Amino acid sequence: MYDRTIRRRRLTLVALLACALLLLSVYVGESSSGPLHSVQRGVFSVFTPVQEGASRVLKPARDLFGWIGDTVNAKSRLAEVESSNRQLRSRAIAGSEALRVNAQLQKLLNLNQANGLAAASPVAARVIGRSPTLWYGTVTIDQGSSRGIRVGNPVITGDGLAGQVSTVTGHAAVVTLISDGEMAVPARISGSGAQGVAQTGAGGPNDLRLKFIARRFRADPGASVVTAGTLSNSPKLQSLYPPGIPIGSVTRVVDPGTDAQKIFVRPYADLQRLEIVQVLTRRINGNRP
Amino acid sequence: MKLNYRSLGWRLVLLGAVTVVFQIAAVSQVRILGVNADLVPLVAASVGLLCGSLPGAVFGFGLGMLLDLALVETVGVDSLILLAIGYAAGRLRELRDPQGAIVPVLVGAGATAIAQVGFSLLTFLLGQPVPLGWALLWEVLGTIAFNSVIAIPVYLLVRRCVLAALPEDPRRRRRRAYTTGGLSPLSKS
Repeated sequence: MYDRTIRRRRLTLVALLACALLLLSVYVGESSSGPLHSVQRGVFSVFTPVQEGASRVLKPARDLFGWIGDTVNAKSRLAEVESSNRQLRSRAIAGSEALRVNAQLQKLLNLNQANGLAAASPVAARVIGRSPTLWYGTVTIDQGSSRGIRVGNPVITGDGLAGQVSTVTGHAAVVTLISDGEMAVPARISGSGAQGVAQTGAGGPNDLRLKFIARRFRADPGASVVTAGTLSNSPKLQSLYPPGIPIGSVTRVVDPGTDAQKIFVRPYADLQRLEIVQVLTRRINGNRP
Repeated sequence: MKLNYRSLGWRLVLLGAVTVVFQIAAVSQVRILGVNADLVPLVAASVGLLCGSLPGAVFGFGLGMLLDLALVETVGVDSLILLAIGYAAGRLRELRDPQGAIVPVLVGAGATAIAQVGFSLLTFLLGQPVPLGWALLWEVLGTIAFNSVIAIPVYLLVRRCVLAALPEDPRRRRRRAYTTGGLSPLSKS
């Protein structure tokens, strides 16, 4: 009896191990239209309404813990913010005249941006889930193909670019964030016009790198990095992102002016705490500038 | 003294589904000091500790598969890791039967470490770009610390969920004999 129990336990363990390895091999080996991926999309679409409901129900609890987290973070950032506050106060006096002019320009700019975005048929969506690990920079949103969202559509927040849609079902989609290791966004430095590719760095979700910038271009800390849009004349090489969407700002440059210069960029969008995003579902003029 | 497999099975299916939904919809979205808790290894280890190696392994496998499917991640990775965690926790109970209030904390911390390191290793072997550096180290250590804090409440919740399907524990029965009578054996004599 005891032997039988042991044998059964070992057999089950071996069977489960084999099953897991088989699933892994099949999943990695098949294309995204393969049977296991289809099953995954099916389960995902079944799970999404439950997840959405749970997300709404659990929002108060999330907010409570988020408030605790914010308090802890705020305390650790107090000294930094106080010093920044002193600098900002002195700059605010000098900048008040510039602000008056800027406000008028900003109104024009906002108008242009709003017109551009409206033509791109933006779809607002709520974030209803996110991957718990640092390895997959993905979030789940509550809008899908029924609202015209397709794989590859760019996703933005009020602060700037957040990522692109990587999986879509009828009423939900998975967004791969720009901090994911598989993402690469054609980008340019807004001041100098230097063009390169923004990819995740090794330091986590708030650390992007701007690569392939020619050494004749210099990037200064604080410079804005925006999407470059389509650069090629070939219709096959169109960028997924409209030009001019803010990505982040340059935080530091290592070895400037050399071929090996490393440009570190901090994303404008708070990728750790996304709540409302917009998916741009239409491409205007092939995303050319 | 045998496990009530049917009742236990339903309870574990429900527990697994609730765990995955709660993890994705709430726990993953609450980050304190840049890390969040990971209920999944804690629940798998708790089931192993309470129910034994075989239910622990099966539950871990199923929980991992559900998580991979729901998160649209590589299917099989979490199944493999959580299967190992459930089985190992179950074997610990069968071979050592550790007692003490701190056991869930130690097992939870160990399970989280296995989950974090195992997931990173497997994902790396599958060719994902590596987010190496302090951020990853901070996430691994932070999640272990975070999970250690919540290990006991999670264990008690899992215990409450599966207790009715488990065989009667002689230790519990013995304690009840002294407390439900109202009088101690000494005062009766």
